[in-house]
Amino acid sequence: MEVKVVRDILEVNEVIAQENQRVFSERGIYVLNLMGSPGTGKTTLLERTLERLRERWKVGVIEGDIATSQDAERIARHGVPTVQINTGGACHLDGNMIRGALGELDLEGLDLLVVENVGNLVCPAEFRIGEDDKVMILSVTEGEDKPLKYPLMFQVSSALLLNKMDLLPYVDFDLERFRQYALKVNPRLEIMEISCKTGEGLDRWVQWLEGRISKKRG
Amino acid sequence: MHELAIAQSLLQILEEEALAHGAKRVTRVKVRVGVLSGVIPEALRFAFEVASRGGVAEGADLEIEEVPLRIRCGACGGEFEDGGPFLVCPRCGREAELLSGRELEIESMEIEDGGQGS
Repeated sequence: MEVKVVRDILEVNEVIAQENQRVFSERGIYVLNLMGSPGTGKTTLLERTLERLRERWKVGVIEGDIATSQDAERIARHGVPTVQINTGGACHLDGNMIRGALGELDLEGLDLLVVENVGNLVCPAEFRIGEDDKVMILSVTEGEDKPLKYPLMFQVSSALLLNKMDLLPYVDFDLERFRQYALKVNPRLEIMEISCKTGEGLDRWVQWLEGRISKKRG
Repeated sequence: MHELAIAQSLLQILEEEALAHGAKRVTRVKVRVGVLSGVIPEALRFAFEVASRGGVAEGADLEIEEVPLRIRCGACGGEFEDGGPFLVCPRCGREAELLSGRELEIESMEIEDGGQGS
């Protein structure tokens, strides 16, 4: 017997993500889901961002990694509450993992929660965790063709940080072509050129982020 | 490699639906997968086969329909299919809306009932 079952396969995750979002919204916490390849600079960006934000805002961090707590240790040195999630092999964070981590994090008084996802350009794009925005970081060393190869990641992101701009003279990265590809894949994508090494573009990024936090705080 | 997580979510739905319909076994499942989802059908099939062992859908045939990307231009109203992963109208260059290509859904299942009628 054939039975019609029209259901979204990821509906269970979606329900949990919405519950998480409610928990965050009740407290006015702006939640950022930071995604990008391994080695693109997610943790370094987070460190540079924390240095600029922590005087004005109370920040918490959830670090997602397949294994180790090295990133969480790096972040905790900045004096912000940090929880490490080890996915034990899974290539992305999902709503349930975030829900589990919330028990270890004191949300009281937080303005911003940054979730650093597992380094990967495919899987994290598909799973909502209860965030307000997904932001991706890509470096010029990765090549300008990435929007064409990993379109979903670019489509679900509100902003894209193009990192390692200081290396641009040394790599074959066609900046103009990259912008064309990225904006064709997602015409609403906010692209910001940065270098975590030199600090280039970070003021604009922090301004963008603070705008989002202020709006959520109301 | 998110196919395993997707297969596990799919199996969870199948277990629920099988129970609701008094089914003993699920023998065939039809799913629709949009091209943007990044799901590789072979990887999903393999993950499903492994994750279904010992459950109600063990050995079920997994039929995967790949859904193409379709967009509609907000300005000129033109509809386009399979023109690449773009949300921009190929005719007038304005922003287009996604009509299909992000699906990850179950459509139907074939069951053997548990003998309590249906």
